[in-house]
Amino acid sequence: MGVEGIGARVVRKEDKRFITGKGRYVDDIKLMGMTHAHFIRSPHAHAKVKKIDSSAALKMPGVVAVLTGQQIVDDKVGNLICGWAITSKDGSPMKMGAWPAMAPETVRFVGQAVAVVIAESKNLARDAAEAVVVDYEELPAVADVHAAIKSGAPQLHPEAPGNQVYDWVIGDEGATDAAFAKAANVVKLDVTNNRLAPNAMEPRAAIADYDAAEEHFTLYTTSQNPHVARLVLSAFYNIAPEHKLRVIAPDVGGGFGSKIFIYPEEMVALWASKKVGRPVKWTGDRTEAFLTDAHGRDHVTHAEMAFDANNKITGFKVKTYANFGAYMSLFSSSVPTYLYATLLSGQYNIPAIHAEVIGVYTNTTPVDAYRGAGRPEASYLIERLMETAARQLKVDPAELRRTNFITQFPHQTPVIMAYDTGDFNASLDAAMKAIDYAGFPARKAQAKSQGKLRGIGVSCYIEACGIAPSKAVGSLGAGVGLWESAEVRVNPVGTIEILTGSHSHGQGHETTFCQLVAERLGVPVSQVSIVHGDTDKVQFGMGTYGSRSAAVGLTAILKAMEKMESKAKKIAAHALEASEADIVIENGEFKVTGTDKAIALPMVALAAYTAHNLPDGMEPGLKESAFYDPTNFTFPAGTYICEVEVDPGTGKTSFVNFVAADDFGRLINPMIVEGQVHGGLVQGIGQALLEHAIYDANGQPVTASFMDYAMPRADDVPSFNLSHTTTLCPGNPLGIKGCGEAGAIGASAAVINAITDAIGKNNLEMPATPDRVWRTIHAA
Amino acid sequence: MSTVKLTVNGKAVAVDVEDRTLLVQLLRDHLNLTGTHVGCDTSQCGACVVHMDGKAVKSCTMLAGQADGASITTIEGIAKGDELHPMQAAFRDNHGLQCGYCTPGMIMSAIDIVHRYGGQLDEATVRAELEGNICRCTGYHNIVKAVLDAAGRMKVSQAAE
Repeated sequence: MGVEGIGARVVRKEDKRFITGKGRYVDDIKLMGMTHAHFIRSPHAHAKVKKIDSSAALKMPGVVAVLTGQQIVDDKVGNLICGWAITSKDGSPMKMGAWPAMAPETVRFVGQAVAVVIAESKNLARDAAEAVVVDYEELPAVADVHAAIKSGAPQLHPEAPGNQVYDWVIGDEGATDAAFAKAANVVKLDVTNNRLAPNAMEPRAAIADYDAAEEHFTLYTTSQNPHVARLVLSAFYNIAPEHKLRVIAPDVGGGFGSKIFIYPEEMVALWASKKVGRPVKWTGDRTEAFLTDAHGRDHVTHAEMAFDANNKITGFKVKTYANFGAYMSLFSSSVPTYLYATLLSGQYNIPAIHAEVIGVYTNTTPVDAYRGAGRPEASYLIERLMETAARQLKVDPAELRRTNFITQFPHQTPVIMAYDTGDFNASLDAAMKAIDYAGFPARKAQAKSQGKLRGIGVSCYIEACGIAPSKAVGSLGAGVGLWESAEVRVNPVGTIEILTGSHSHGQGHETTFCQLVAERLGVPVSQVSIVHGDTDKVQFGMGTYGSRSAAVGLTAILKAMEKMESKAKKIAAHALEASEADIVIENGEFKVTGTDKAIALPMVALAAYTAHNLPDGMEPGLKESAFYDPTNFTFPAGTYICEVEVDPGTGKTSFVNFVAADDFGRLINPMIVEGQVHGGLVQGIGQALLEHAIYDANGQPVTASFMDYAMPRADDVPSFNLSHTTTLCPGNPLGIKGCGEAGAIGASAAVINAITDAIGKNNLEMPATPDRVWRTIHAA
Repeated sequence: MSTVKLTVNGKAVAVDVEDRTLLVQLLRDHLNLTGTHVGCDTSQCGACVVHMDGKAVKSCTMLAGQADGASITTIEGIAKGDELHPMQAAFRDNHGLQCGYCTPGMIMSAIDIVHRYGGQLDEATVRAELEGNICRCTGYHNIVKAVLDAAGRMKVSQAAE
């Protein structure tokens, strides 16, 4: 490893602009003649739109236009799509209602747009929006999954009778039933995985700029995947053909999944820009984020696990109701199916699994992928169940896990996934040692003497990342391939530009991706720059989500690097009159091994571009590209253990210690990996203790601001004790597994297991607020 | 419309604004100082924190007119040329930022915290004092480290002056 190569804690190159206020986010951009959009959104969870009267608004100063849902339908802008087809157990395709960008007839959740005001300033657009009169006829609404599937419940979409999108199954029901018939013990658990609002700190924003002469659109948007946005806007929403649509995602202030999706506001801004003939800017406020950014989680699950007399798991049965909200968002259908139920084996040998997932429409904000996407729900369920089982079977929870760990790899689970490698004992051992698990009883007794309830909670998570092998996901219904592309451009002076289809919105790609180049060529990272986030610069890419950028995106860069290096070696060998096989690359030089003959990278690059003396038949230039499609998912795994103290008088939980032992395969930059884990852990802790997107029975959101929705703040969470155990991923040449989601996947079960251990009661739903914990302690 | 006269990052400016203009709008929209961010609309997130006459304020929560005659310092105004403020350097060196959106407000709040406590800070105090700044990326671990690190650096740089 060089000082800036793989494994080095290189300080981030991108930081200077962020710490000096020079980041360039969408809302920071101003275009000449730019207008401002303000959406008129439904205050009702379910209503008919009878009439929209914009006559008064149109007379107000600075108003350019008021555009409605009917107009966008009339102009044949496409309805929003769901990109993953799921088939129900009866063989029928999933049942979806239409989702127009603005509602022409019916609104189905609070916050759905019905019209937009375009004006000379944001304030003038807001003023005019107050004067637009929308006549609604309220309809009965339903927000809860169980209420939504009852007969007589309000119906959202005629296409989906009973509000059911699909009833999907996975696994072998017969084998699972047989395991339960022979079980020595059966452990049952009902859990709710609470609905969350993603809340990236930068609210979504879009600027659309239509050039009438070129019939060309430019869209600046807060996206994790600008090429996917262009593809969808072009192929499905009829905005413009791809070569007439440039999508730029500049600095993006966090995503966590919520900025994967192509939202109505982007479609409307593009369409409106052409209609009014001027650039249109929209920047959401925080309440709009709560109302319209796709939410996460919201599962209600009943699960049963069968054990034999030796406490070995023999079967696992799961039934989950997934709340999709009012419309099927872009990847929503895959989250509670192929991203959730395929992980139900956890870290354990489970011979038979059967899961049924029922997807349900409700009058709430659409739900889609949020950090972890399905895998946190699976991990939480399994790890709560393991803890429940340990309590019921009266064995140590860590030992019960150890008894059931998968120890032979590769391991084919009964639910599609084939785990390639791992060492679950190693991460459990590391975490137990770090928290002094053996010393816990003494600490608990000590706390008890001071009137406090001490608890310890284990969570052994596994996830499927490096999303994803295209052929595999295609066979499961995905509408896209999930490879990544890269291009390596060596400039004539020897500096290097890496173009990537991955998108950084906090992950630090501008540093870590350069570290691969530094590792291979021995050049400083300052000589390398990363180009991303612009469809005019990068040919194509699938973007960043599912902890895929290092495992898939960086591997694509590696493949392009190998091609470039091969050509460069030929040029160097020709110049040095040596054999290509004898050329090695060290410290920015191409050397003839075993001699002192060498040529520096800039001279090789210059030779490639002057083309005065290249090997016969070689094309000039030094630029190579690659598309990399992974052969399997990657399987990051680890153990989190937290120790908490609960005050029985107030129900408040305090952290004593929180340790994490993760296996992410090879680490490119441990500093950045640790940062990813810290952030993920706090999102998991936030779910466990604080966060809950709540609707009342009529579909009114009651947590639509930071005043009402409890975001984790600095004094809600502890500092963390992190360590790594490493098994290299055999599926990619760098051995990388991915680290972006682990914390959010594993943390919440550790917290709830610790609190329930402390209070001596097993049933406690998230978020475990002081009020809820106090009531649980004092319940009869 | 009113004319607001104030000093921003050491420069005297006079800006004609609608009376309802917020200080953050004056900074971002009129002076193009886009380092100060807006992350919420309820004074909760702290992405908009700037210094007014040396004290941290949420610039989304006051009218531009309330800053008439005041001296405002934004994230763009704390480095001395190419030399970063010790808090900026500490955030970079401790990986105290990821997406960067909350960072300007965090840094401005953190400088104010160090000033108020005369650099005598511990982890619990930093965590309690950061109550008005929300970060969704870092889990705060490295932000807390950065503030404690900078508290030491600021003492050293003050001693040097």
